[in-house]
Amino acid sequence: MAEERALAGVSEVQKKIRSAFDVFDHEQNQTVDVREIGTIIRSLGRFPTEAELHDVIAEIEEEEPAGFIRFEKFLPTMSRILMENKLRPVPEDLLLQAFEVLDQQKKGHLDPEELSRYLTQEGDPFSQEEMEEMLSAALDPEKNLIFYRDFVSMMTADEPW
Amino acid sequence: MGCGVTKGGEFHKRYDKDGNIISVRISAAITIRAAVLIQRWYRQYVARMELRRRYTWNIFQSIEYAGQQDQIKLYNFLGYLVDNFTPSSNERNLISHIFRENEVCRDIEWERFFDYRHIEVPDIYSGPRLTFPLNADQAADLVEAFRSKQQLHSRYVLQLLGETWKLLRVLPNINRISTCHSKEITICGDLHGQLEDLLLIFYKNGMPSMEKAYVFNGDFVDRGKDSIEILLILFAFLLVYPGEVHLNRGNHEDHIINLRYGFTKEVLGKYKMHGKRILKLLQKIFSWLPLATVIDQKVLIVHGGISDTTDLALVARVDRHKYVSSLRPPKRRISHSVRASVDSDMDEDLVGSKYSILNRRRASLTYARPFPARESFQHRSLQDFSSTVARTMEEELEIRRRQAAMTRPGYSMSCRNLNTSMLSPSSSDSLDAFENVQNEWKQILDLLWSDPMIPDGCVPNEVRGGGCYWGPNVTEEFLNKHSMQLIIRSHECKQDGYEFCHNRKVLTIFSASNYYEVGSNRGAFVRLGPDLVPYFIQYQANSMTREMSVRQSLRRTEHSALKVLREQLFAHKSDLMSAFQQHDKENTGLISLSDWGSAMSQVLHLDLPWRMLRSQLITTTTDDMLDYHNWFRNLAIKEKSYEHIEQTLLDTLYKHRSTLETIFRIVDTDNSGFISFEDFRQTWKLLNAYLKMEISEESINDLVVSIDTNKDGNIDIDEFMESFRLVDKNMLERGKSLFMRRSEEYDGPQDETTNQPPQTPTNKEGGFLAPP
Repeated sequence: MAEERALAGVSEVQKKIRSAFDVFDHEQNQTVDVREIGTIIRSLGRFPTEAELHDVIAEIEEEEPAGFIRFEKFLPTMSRILMENKLRPVPEDLLLQAFEVLDQQKKGHLDPEELSRYLTQEGDPFSQEEMEEMLSAALDPEKNLIFYRDFVSMMTADEPW
Repeated sequence: MGCGVTKGGEFHKRYDKDGNIISVRISAAITIRAAVLIQRWYRQYVARMELRRRYTWNIFQSIEYAGQQDQIKLYNFLGYLVDNFTPSSNERNLISHIFRENEVCRDIEWERFFDYRHIEVPDIYSGPRLTFPLNADQAADLVEAFRSKQQLHSRYVLQLLGETWKLLRVLPNINRISTCHSKEITICGDLHGQLEDLLLIFYKNGMPSMEKAYVFNGDFVDRGKDSIEILLILFAFLLVYPGEVHLNRGNHEDHIINLRYGFTKEVLGKYKMHGKRILKLLQKIFSWLPLATVIDQKVLIVHGGISDTTDLALVARVDRHKYVSSLRPPKRRISHSVRASVDSDMDEDLVGSKYSILNRRRASLTYARPFPARESFQHRSLQDFSSTVARTMEEELEIRRRQAAMTRPGYSMSCRNLNTSMLSPSSSDSLDAFENVQNEWKQILDLLWSDPMIPDGCVPNEVRGGGCYWGPNVTEEFLNKHSMQLIIRSHECKQDGYEFCHNRKVLTIFSASNYYEVGSNRGAFVRLGPDLVPYFIQYQANSMTREMSVRQSLRRTEHSALKVLREQLFAHKSDLMSAFQQHDKENTGLISLSDWGSAMSQVLHLDLPWRMLRSQLITTTTDDMLDYHNWFRNLAIKEKSYEHIEQTLLDTLYKHRSTLETIFRIVDTDNSGFISFEDFRQTWKLLNAYLKMEISEESINDLVVSIDTNKDGNIDIDEFMESFRLVDKNMLERGKSLFMRRSEEYDGPQDETTNQPPQTPTNKEGGFLAPP
């Protein structure tokens, strides 16, 4: 029975991966653009850093990188990531702490300029576009400040799929 | 000290006198880790949004295209009606209204028909009073008048349409224009009755003039509420600047499509007295719209696209006005029995003729006497063709083709199903002519209905029911053959208003912003100069959308899409129940989520990611099993008065509600908005027979009685259609949307015309319904 359930578990995982992949498979030919792999992996509830993402792509790319990824290569790698719980989500309270770390004066909010500086220069830097998009979601337009506690609640509210 | 982070700084805390931390200087390493964490989270969040955006888009598109297949059902049903009534009956004339071709040789009669001179304009009318020939100031005034929500008087409408028709008749099938005259040419895509978008385009780009050439690439009407105003503006500018303004026909410039998608209703509503005449004239005008435009012999602009058989030389030669509707290929001239002549039409419609409106008020699908029709109807069946109708060879072919089409709807319009074995040698000439006509018809259909696809090849477009899906190799061949470099087309909504494909050789341009829902997409137009390099301008009508964040836009669009999807589920309730029961052989009332997914895709034939939608459509499960009866109960509640009506009947009514509405409007010949009890019953019975359903007389009678709420023997069409709105029990109980988890972030559905929040719980937008 345990074995059956284990097998059922595996096939559930595979169906999940298939579903996510299909949404981005525009040509219905079992391939997706390599630039969408990050989105697919993340939409499956994983939280890769950019470096981890590059590693995954390197593993599943064609020998001659052709700009697309085939499902048959994606499936085993992604299955393993899910089964072994790799690229794990970061607990929400850590996310809040991260903001608090940046908010040295414990004001409870951040200036858009200082946040932009951090996020576009440190770590896995955001592109200008990403930064603008985040600000449009995070910024309180009246006060021109980011109340990060609210923002964290918003980002973590949606149940991961 | 200080508030900035310094690299290499030490960990250092400062306290105030109460021992509270007031500032912390932290090391660079920790900062970096914090940044990475935030970045990881944020990218994850964005990916989830992107996924939802994709499948929301898919929902809208799937349902939109699936809805167009209903057009085939309508077409077949109307054809069935034509086949099953004797030539002498009143009904036939009525139905043949829709299918009539416009005879070229009777131009003089048509000019009489366009006659507006007897229509008086009251002094109190404050709208534009046009004088012909039109000049640029009048065209600009017309735009202003419509912006101020005025309506053009029917006298001027008819006059304008008459002049437009005269001009269109002399235009070729393919407009050929050049950038050398007006430097830049602006190309706009679908407008779909959204006047706000056209006004925005004129605001951003300037109105048409000698220096400002425009090409409008079809689909001016349907769906939006100001289709007639858009047409009048475009025609006015066409008349003022015939060398600079060019119109291409779209698949919605078609009177049968208009019956379903709202344009007919709009015109009849705005022009109660002369609406039908206006529509007749537009039917003719649409058929005379050019099919394509070519710029500098290098860029093809066409509404839909091409196929692997598209031959521009052939297209240039056809008599385009013979092809009045995509849904009805032209009949051969020999068969007369279906068509009434143009003369009798006009006699019926001209005010002051011997057939007064009163006499015709009760003309309907039934005979003048209330009940005999029923008995004689019962003798007819779908198989009973040969009994009373004398047919020509061509009609027989038509019927067989339609019969074949009923079983394979996707092929009905684009394939030729000629049953050659039943033809004798002497009819081979007529067969050739017939083939020619079919071929020309296919050429036009391909131009107006096709969509590009990513893989190579060319396959019939079964989703839309007409035209093809064509691939990059077909584009390549076509462009080479015609020595061209770019195809600009419209026909498909794009999130950013435009999109390239086929290696940037095909450009889709779509000008109706917020097409699916407020915030769903931007509109765009493109400018081409002599270098033929496209330059895009995007926009979004409705100031509110600019203030909404991406997230709020997405929420709103998703909410709409899910609502539309739930309606589909409800419409297929019986089929879904059967499918669920198949997975639940032991009748426990429960099925696994995985089986739910299989059943959904099996029944609905909508290519959607059901697993992903699961979390949005199912809210309670026990041990990963779904109580499907309960789930349906939560999906909607029926109107109290219908509770005793059979489930299957209601389901069927719901599923075919659009077709039904269209037919009702055809039956409502005097456009009163009401049809009689008896007409409703007869229409319903016909549909019943056609769909081969097993619905009893009593059920239909019960239904009719319950709909006729004021018991006057008439049914209000709008009221009837309104009763099909869904009510979500959960929404009513909790006063909050099922899908909005943080309602304070969501503005809620807004009434688009007034930008005011709706009054819950009885507003239409949110899917609530007050009992009639």
